Amino acid sequence: MAEKIDPDLWSEGPNPQLMGGRLPSGEIVFPMPVGDAARDVEPYKLSRTGTLWSWTTQGFLPKEPYIGPGSNEGPNGEPSPPDFQPFLLGYVELPGEVIVESRIVDAALEDLSLNIPVEFCIVPFSNRHDTYAFRPIAAQQEDTA
Amino acid sequence: MSENVYIIGAGIHPFGRTQERSGREQGVYAVRQALEDAGLEWADIECAYGGSAAAGNADIMVNELGLTALPFVNVANGCATGGSAIASAQQAVASGMYDLALAVGFDKHPRGAFNAQPADYGLPEWYGETGMMLTTQFFALKIQRYMQLHGISRTTLGRVAEKAFRNGAKAPHAWRRSPIDLETIMNAPMINDPLTKFMFCSPAEGGVALILASEKKARELGALGDGKSVKIAKVAFKTRPPDSFEVFQAGISIKEGGKPTVLAARAAFEGAGIGPEDIDVAQLQDTESGAEIMHMAENGFCKDGDQEEWLANGWSEVDGKLPINTDGGCLACGEPIGASGLRQVYENVEQLRGRAGERQVSGRDGDGPKTAYSHVYGAPGISAVAIMER
Repeated sequence: MAEKIDPDLWSEGPNPQLMGGRLPSGEIVFPMPVGDAARDVEPYKLSRTGTLWSWTTQGFLPKEPYIGPGSNEGPNGEPSPPDFQPFLLGYVELPGEVIVESRIVDAALEDLSLNIPVEFCIVPFSNRHDTYAFRPIAAQQEDTA
Repeated sequence: MSENVYIIGAGIHPFGRTQERSGREQGVYAVRQALEDAGLEWADIECAYGGSAAAGNADIMVNELGLTALPFVNVANGCATGGSAIASAQQAVASGMYDLALAVGFDKHPRGAFNAQPADYGLPEWYGETGMMLTTQFFALKIQRYMQLHGISRTTLGRVAEKAFRNGAKAPHAWRRSPIDLETIMNAPMINDPLTKFMFCSPAEGGVALILASEKKARELGALGDGKSVKIAKVAFKTRPPDSFEVFQAGISIKEGGKPTVLAARAAFEGAGIGPEDIDVAQLQDTESGAEIMHMAENGFCKDGDQEEWLANGWSEVDGKLPINTDGGCLACGEPIGASGLRQVYENVEQLRGRAGERQVSGRDGDGPKTAYSHVYGAPGISAVAIMER
């Protein structure tokens, strides 16, 4: 298993969860704040399932600081996979918690529509890193069937 | 009670790409044109506010314009640089402290989408590293949801761009000066679904300068009256309220919050004492086609979803009931960040003075528009609105 893109972004264990924070007011935020802003914020494990709030495609290579496939190099100068792969991304509403921005995997653009159920997963990002994503729940069941 | 403030001079360096001039030189060009327009010398200007996002400090312009010892404040407020410059100049004159103030903005950006650094926006590095910190994605994500909720079609997105290029063709200061047909716009390469290449504005270059005067000074200069100057009815500038959805957010509140544009629009209308139905011409932030559509509703000009009918019927064309982005907006002019918000004021100054040539709005009585509305929106959730009258 590759290194996490950020060591604190999701929890360890067989069913990892994205890490958010609970403010003193009870409001849930993502990501978990750092530094002084984290004071009085309790780390909070976010729901693994939610619904699609919006979505789009990323068809062109993002500029730096993007370090994924197609970028020239990783943070330590190691080569990344040479070819950029277009990807899907969106916002996922975790009921009663917060709406998080995420990659969307195991789906084609035409599979996506408002409020479809999606679930959390960890996916390879580059030769070196893993990142998090959400995937349609139905699509995942078809794959394993 | 604050003083009435008038715009008595306006200058612009054509937007687009100008290899032979730096961003600041384009700003200086615009200032000289504004001075000439107002019949003033640089030495007459009492204070100045200006800036750029990527082309250096504005106060260095005194090297070229003249060392008159005037106070020159550099404005660095991202997408609101131009809006902040004019708001500051307006306050300087309205307070009674100065009679003549300059607002100037210019810029020069590299080609391609802007790249932002997560730390500059208080965001973790992974957000940029994984390819989610792109302004274009935000606009696509915002309009995608809006289209689903309010029944806006892809064709309507295309019509906004088609209108922009049609208007840009008639604006000497625009960058894209050729009409592009709907089919070409719709079939162009997809940038971020549902927005194609021609539905996005590009980073560009340009400069805009405006000269503001007190009523007393404007009268003294013989600058009051139709075709000479316009009155600033109200400038309002707001940052985002709680729970809003803005560019560069890894997490959004599940509560539907307010919008900075809605707040700025409300404050501007209240201050001017008029409503959206009284506006004769509007320049709205159109970073991409969807932004113009959503901003029509956020500024109060129509209800969510009505844009479908507006665009199909041409109601926002130069000869429509509310002409919007009459010089082609950001789509046809490109977006030099520091200058863009001031261009939206410049275009309205020209429209109100009846100097907009082929793209001149005829107004309700056929003698030109009497009220005009300029709106800017940008990262990290800011909006400025200026309402002007003649």
